[in-house]
Amino acid sequence: MSELEVNFTIDGLKIKAKKGETILQAALRNGIYIPHLCYHPHLKPTGSCRLCLVENEESRLITSCENQPTEGMEVSTTSPKLDNAKITVARLLVANHQTDCLTCAQDNQCKLQEISSYFGIDEKNMDNLRYSITDIPIDDSNPFLKRNLNKCVLCGICVRTCRDRLGVSAIDFGYRGYNTRISTFSDGPLLESNCVSCGECVVACPVGALVNNENQKPDREVKTTCTYCGVGCGIYLGVRGSKVISSRGDPHHPLSKGNLCVKGRYAFKFINNPDRLTTPLIKKNGDFVEASWDEALEFAAEKLSGYREGYSFAAISSARCTNEDNYLLQKFTRVMMGNNNVDNSARSCHAPSVAALAETLGSGAMSNSIDEIEDSECLFIIGTNPTQSYPVLSMRIMDALANGAKLIVVDPRDIELAEYADLHIQHNPGTDVVLIMGMIKIILEENLQDQEFIDSRCENFEQLLESLEKLDLDYVEQITGVNVDKIKEAARMYANSDAAAIFYSLGITEHSHGTDNVFALSNLALVTGNIGKPLAGINPIRGQNNVQGSCDMGCLPDVFPGYQKVEEKEVRHKFQKAWNTELSPNKGMKMPEMMESAVKGDLKAMYIMGENPVHSEPDSKNIVDALENLDFLIVQDIFLTETAMLADLVFPGASFAEKDGTFANADRRVQRVRQAIKPVGDSKPDWQIISELAQKMGASTGFNFTRGEEVAAEIATLAPIYGGMVYHCLEDESRQWPCLSDEHVGTPILHQDVFATKTGKAKFIPLHYRPPAELPDEEYPLVLTTGRIIYHYHSSTMTAADESMKKLYDLDPVEMNPSDAEKLDLVDGEQVRVISRRGEIRAPIKITERSPESLVFMAFHSPETKTNLITSSACDPVTKTPEFKYCAVRVEKI
Amino acid sequence: MHEDFEEIKSTYKGKKSDIIPLLQDIQIKYGYLPGEMMQEVSRFVGVSKSEVFGVATFYSQFRFTPKGRTHVMVCKGTACHVSGADKIIEGIERHLGVKEGDVTFDMEYSLESVGCLGCCALAPCAMVNDEIKSNISLKDVKRLFSKRKN
Repeated sequence: MSELEVNFTIDGLKIKAKKGETILQAALRNGIYIPHLCYHPHLKPTGSCRLCLVENEESRLITSCENQPTEGMEVSTTSPKLDNAKITVARLLVANHQTDCLTCAQDNQCKLQEISSYFGIDEKNMDNLRYSITDIPIDDSNPFLKRNLNKCVLCGICVRTCRDRLGVSAIDFGYRGYNTRISTFSDGPLLESNCVSCGECVVACPVGALVNNENQKPDREVKTTCTYCGVGCGIYLGVRGSKVISSRGDPHHPLSKGNLCVKGRYAFKFINNPDRLTTPLIKKNGDFVEASWDEALEFAAEKLSGYREGYSFAAISSARCTNEDNYLLQKFTRVMMGNNNVDNSARSCHAPSVAALAETLGSGAMSNSIDEIEDSECLFIIGTNPTQSYPVLSMRIMDALANGAKLIVVDPRDIELAEYADLHIQHNPGTDVVLIMGMIKIILEENLQDQEFIDSRCENFEQLLESLEKLDLDYVEQITGVNVDKIKEAARMYANSDAAAIFYSLGITEHSHGTDNVFALSNLALVTGNIGKPLAGINPIRGQNNVQGSCDMGCLPDVFPGYQKVEEKEVRHKFQKAWNTELSPNKGMKMPEMMESAVKGDLKAMYIMGENPVHSEPDSKNIVDALENLDFLIVQDIFLTETAMLADLVFPGASFAEKDGTFANADRRVQRVRQAIKPVGDSKPDWQIISELAQKMGASTGFNFTRGEEVAAEIATLAPIYGGMVYHCLEDESRQWPCLSDEHVGTPILHQDVFATKTGKAKFIPLHYRPPAELPDEEYPLVLTTGRIIYHYHSSTMTAADESMKKLYDLDPVEMNPSDAEKLDLVDGEQVRVISRRGEIRAPIKITERSPESLVFMAFHSPETKTNLITSSACDPVTKTPEFKYCAVRVEKI
Repeated sequence: MHEDFEEIKSTYKGKKSDIIPLLQDIQIKYGYLPGEMMQEVSRFVGVSKSEVFGVATFYSQFRFTPKGRTHVMVCKGTACHVSGADKIIEGIERHLGVKEGDVTFDMEYSLESVGCLGCCALAPCAMVNDEIKSNISLKDVKRLFSKRKN
């Protein structure tokens, strides 16, 4: 009863409205239809369409979408006065609308159709109205959606969605007055505007003014999880026959709430792309020859049997594949090949988070949940660009801002979110440690710390104080290039909030001091007690759909599934018993070490599943040399990637739409992936290929799985944090690890009572500034930093398989500050040479103030621009994570 | 253009209410609102560029295409309308090779129609730069713009 608070009547019917609910919302929830056009449940009401008017006791007409009921209020939805007002509006709207309903994509879902039939609008009683059908050309510039303004009812939902939910503002009302219409800047085509093609406006549009280009309806839909970034949005894949033809957001998903980005909504064409690998390929005399599964598995088994000794075999697992696939690849490496040489692409992204947070807090994953973001009080965003990399997470940040959250953005680049920030700190790249330690010093000097938390739950505080003693704030200002008053303001804003959450990603970790950066953030959160409570925490946002899961599954050289250390005897015994074999007690090689070892000739055979290191790793020439030097290379992928081209044997894997499994997203949420279509051609789910190969190599037990579900059940018995991650518990909802058993609901917030460290306490780490490995000099005066772009994913194997995605974004441009461009006499769009100590590439230039002076930015998606030819392979000493975010380059005019 | 904007913005604080005066200053400087300058305004006042464009398009005082050296405003008020202003506009369009609201490639002529020039007795009339041309006929069009050869 407590939340049902307000009693009022609609047409004499007694209604209870929830607190904060409007009259319209209460009516709709109780099954009473009040016509409306400009109302949208996720947007602030504007009351502009005047169709939702109701009459109150004083005979006044009020908008039901804007007004909340008061106790005892009586409203009516029909009266002569109301009909007069509302029917006139409806008739005018219909008179101005292109009524080709049968051939309209919105037929049957159109709000205006609903309104017209509700009022019984008839062509006969339209005679006295002057029809004024406008004749605005259709904007079909965008490859995925089109705008037909002749059907627009000017409700403004698209404008508000784009502005308030996305923060993009690609469109607004233009030519206000008699000729009002929704317009882009300068009224140009959508493709040339700053629209990010997410399609949110298409979903929100009540009429047929904004529709998808492809409108066929699927004959069945399958609920699954998006295969792109680490947010893990819920989607429904639409299938017709054996083809995936649509993708839509799941409105009931706890994180995405029906929202999707351009990749999730439109980039599904790779699934049925004709270039997919459909049969195993064996390289004979330098050319690939199609082979049968029997032949290919026989070949692989025979070859691999020769590399069981010592360190001559290594595997790279995939952050794109399911937990089941990853689990089996590490089991294969450990059981069949007898070593721990298995790693995954977290090595080149969040390995520092895993290493540093495991040491300080006991667990290297996001401490809090993405669904908390919208209620946040203060968000501290550093070294991450959610708008481009985690678009739906950035929508939650926009929701938080609408709810009054404070936002601190720390990024050398003027990223999109900075525009909405209360404070934007543009420090010199690579100076994060000094900046954060400076903030901590200020917090302690001004006595803003949570001393009780420090005393009761942390250790090593004295060592931290000692390392801070030598830190001078003038030095901080000099190194970071940020005015100390601004740093003070940030420190106060963060420390004075009841709860403040840190979000970061690869701008922190991909440095030669990445682990130190994470230590610094951990210190900051601990000093203010922002750990182990709601709306706070330290949150590394994982970049790929299942990079979290890949690590959870033990695809790391030092841990078994569930982060159980290979060096610990008891752990090893448990796995030896379960897997019925001897296991190596020695840590395996990390990915860069594998490459080094391959160049030297010690590592002789590799098995790479669903990864494209030739494209995605730094100094890619070195990677090619390493892979070419191997005796035997197996690549298992869905496309013939640059890496697969170097293989001796290629296995065709099945995509996420063709297999059952689970993904673990950034906030440790394990979600089901469901098979929508049968594997294309002769491809097979990755876990099945590994199982069959192991059996071919003589495994009698341990690999005879027939369904993904059986693999998941085995994981649950061996990895305690995955104890409850079995399919029958994950059907309807997702769970966040640690989830210890079937009955356990999971853990949305980590570290609430005790830290998972040995002592149960969190640890402060004393730190000192180390400059990046390769500083700019006279010959290479600019700093190159890399990152992602919303339109593509990783090495763009999947996204660029769709020509339409390439139409939105193809080559990776070099983003450069206008003043730098002027010095080099460059014009926007011209081709330039970008040269580093490792090589040179050509790319078009994009002159933009997003880049500060002396810093250039490039994404690494395009296989033609090949950004990673020139990035530095200097590594973090602890985790061997390469310094993608900092290397010295020179830009030359061609 | 960036330097021009630096100069124009120097007397403003970058508030939302500065948008219209800023746009006016830009129009005084260029005779119209170049896209780049509207983007500068958007960055300066922190309002999206589509909204700045939305504001600008509300006011008939703002132009989005440059003016030609000879600017022709043809009256479409009631008196001129009934005496064939539409035909006059068509005639001028044909003769000068320019569409209403546009400017010729050589930036010599720009053409637009206006509500009423206030001299209905002279209908149909037009204003060419600062001069009123009265009682125009289709024949006059050639004479008025005699320098122009198709």
